[in-house]
Amino acid sequence: MNLRRTVAIGRKEFIQVRRDPRSFMIAVLLPLIQILLLGYGARLDAEHIPVYVYDQEGSQNSQALLKRFQASRYFDVVKVVNNYPALARAIDADQCKLGVVIPWDFSERLSDAHHTEVQALVDGTDDNSAQLAIGYAQAVVSAYSSDIQLKWFATQGVSQQAVQPLSVDYRTWFNEELDSKNFIIPGTVAMVMALMGALLSSLTIAREWERGTMEQLIATPATATEIMVGKLVPYLIIGLGDAGLCTAFAVGWFGVPFRGSFGTMLFVTGLFLIVILGIGYMISVATKSQLGASQYALLVTLLPTSMLSGFAFPIDQMPAPIRAITYIVYSRYYVSALKAIFLAGSGIRDLAPEIVAMVVYAGVIGFFATRAFRKSLQ
Amino acid sequence: MNEAVVQVDGLSKLFGGKPAVDNLSFTVQRGEILGLVGPDGAGKTTTLRILAGVLPADSGTVLVAGQDVIHEPEAVKSRISYMPQHFGLYEDLTVDENIRFYADLFEVSAKVREQRSGELLDACAMTPFRRRLAGQLSGGMKRKLGLVCALIHTPEVLLLDEPTTGVDPVSRRELWSILYTLVFQGVTVLISTAYFDEAERCHRLLLLHQGYGLFCGTPAELKGRLPGTVLSIASSEPRRLRAALTGADGLLSAMAMGDALHVVVDNPERRVPELRERLRAAGLALGEIAAMGATVEDVFVYMVSGHAPERGN
Repeated sequence: MNLRRTVAIGRKEFIQVRRDPRSFMIAVLLPLIQILLLGYGARLDAEHIPVYVYDQEGSQNSQALLKRFQASRYFDVVKVVNNYPALARAIDADQCKLGVVIPWDFSERLSDAHHTEVQALVDGTDDNSAQLAIGYAQAVVSAYSSDIQLKWFATQGVSQQAVQPLSVDYRTWFNEELDSKNFIIPGTVAMVMALMGALLSSLTIAREWERGTMEQLIATPATATEIMVGKLVPYLIIGLGDAGLCTAFAVGWFGVPFRGSFGTMLFVTGLFLIVILGIGYMISVATKSQLGASQYALLVTLLPTSMLSGFAFPIDQMPAPIRAITYIVYSRYYVSALKAIFLAGSGIRDLAPEIVAMVVYAGVIGFFATRAFRKSLQ
Repeated sequence: MNEAVVQVDGLSKLFGGKPAVDNLSFTVQRGEILGLVGPDGAGKTTTLRILAGVLPADSGTVLVAGQDVIHEPEAVKSRISYMPQHFGLYEDLTVDENIRFYADLFEVSAKVREQRSGELLDACAMTPFRRRLAGQLSGGMKRKLGLVCALIHTPEVLLLDEPTTGVDPVSRRELWSILYTLVFQGVTVLISTAYFDEAERCHRLLLLHQGYGLFCGTPAELKGRLPGTVLSIASSEPRRLRAALTGADGLLSAMAMGDALHVVVDNPERRVPELRERLRAAGLALGEIAAMGATVEDVFVYMVSGHAPERGN
């Protein structure tokens, strides 16, 4: 490989990206828009879930329970209704996600049987939000019930220490606030890399064919490998720059912790980019059309990265066959490495399995990519 | 010094089962300008592409600058320059950036690049446009920039595919003067053209028709192939004239040319009165009939109208 020719091709490609408004947008603006949209939009926490209440009893006890719902940051008690149909209508009309029904004998059963039930009606159309709402509601109710228990024991003359109910104290490591943005945003860097890398690299070879510059290029002594490396290195550099930009945004704007080393992040990003750029390049060689190439490239890079990489949907909650598929999705290793670097501060050694997988991928893709392009008009 | 720099033997190339180049053989000596002449579809572009190593051939042998282009197309590329028919430079790069790109690909040193690009740009009056984007150049200037890029290194063989199509006469002259300078320095040039008048500027011609070679030789030899004299009959309706003369004795070929009909006859002294008589009988107005020197086009038309040795199938 001749360095001078490779650099010449790289410089030319760089100038073209700079002067082509579309490529420039993909390289610089798109990553920013993407991280802002995903950072703000893709939150999995449910906060301020609207709640309608049907309090059949209207006692001091029932009001005390409702106050707890109101006080929780997860719920907003929007309205109190006095019949079931009103509650059902509100859920149908999407005015609330959760309906709480307190039975007419709530206090009575509480004092007699020490056991009572509260009914929760949940809008199950959004499974994820429904599960979260039920979970939060259970937490509110059980906190209330343990307080009642303590009070009751106190009235019976039992000391508080003796009956302190056993409680499980969770401590979540690495994402102490269980803040879903901390979980999502590191993965969005992978989304940005997949989108930007696939789009730009899929245009490179197709652009030469479409603009009629290929014939002259293949008549020069530049080898297929020099053309490939020269064309992709600028995008590798742009990609690493974008990764830095996204990290800065993640930390500075969204307050996501970054506990690992920046160098490790760039290293795994570089490996991931080699895979993405190689795939985009091969598609560009095969389709010879910029539009077709960019669409195929998005299909094989962005789609698996968004669905099967564990970026937003945890892999261990997927059905077994899908989970098996994720092992061949190269982005899974990158997303998992990114999360570990951001949240756990993992270094190269901790990330050995991911890095080995990505090196294998980069090698295989690189092998085929160097053989994809033939310097021929046929 | 007779040294064959290009040797083509039995070259064939099929496109969709049809021959684009058909059993073509020719040689080009060092320092020679060979013109590939023929109408569109004659196989000029395909031949040049194969010689440039950008298109594989189906059969035959091709040696360019001592390299076997059929088996090792890459080996020849640093020793030749190929300028495709359509502008192949980067429109979003400036004139200087394009030159630098090709200079780097051919590993031309910065010093040589500066010197050569200065000379070449001066020779084709493009020095004021060095910082202009190639896409904003006129058609003629794009061609000239293509030539500058093709000549930024010193090729042994220069392959030019219709470099003067759509180029104004001034730029065309500049281009030819650059070619003559190169040839003087020992560069071998293969140039294709659909303009027969331009063919006269070449040292030797290869006449192509439907992929096979009709003739290969100097323009003078070519004209010597014409076993008769070219007559120009002035007329406002040359096509009707041609129809009226079809089948006349001693008429070898006829070609409408603007406001005249060019005919080739075996013996002008005898045939001119006969032609006059025939036209008068057909009721056609008669213009002046003048004998003239044969052009390459006249010979080409004569040859393709069934007088050339046909292919052996």
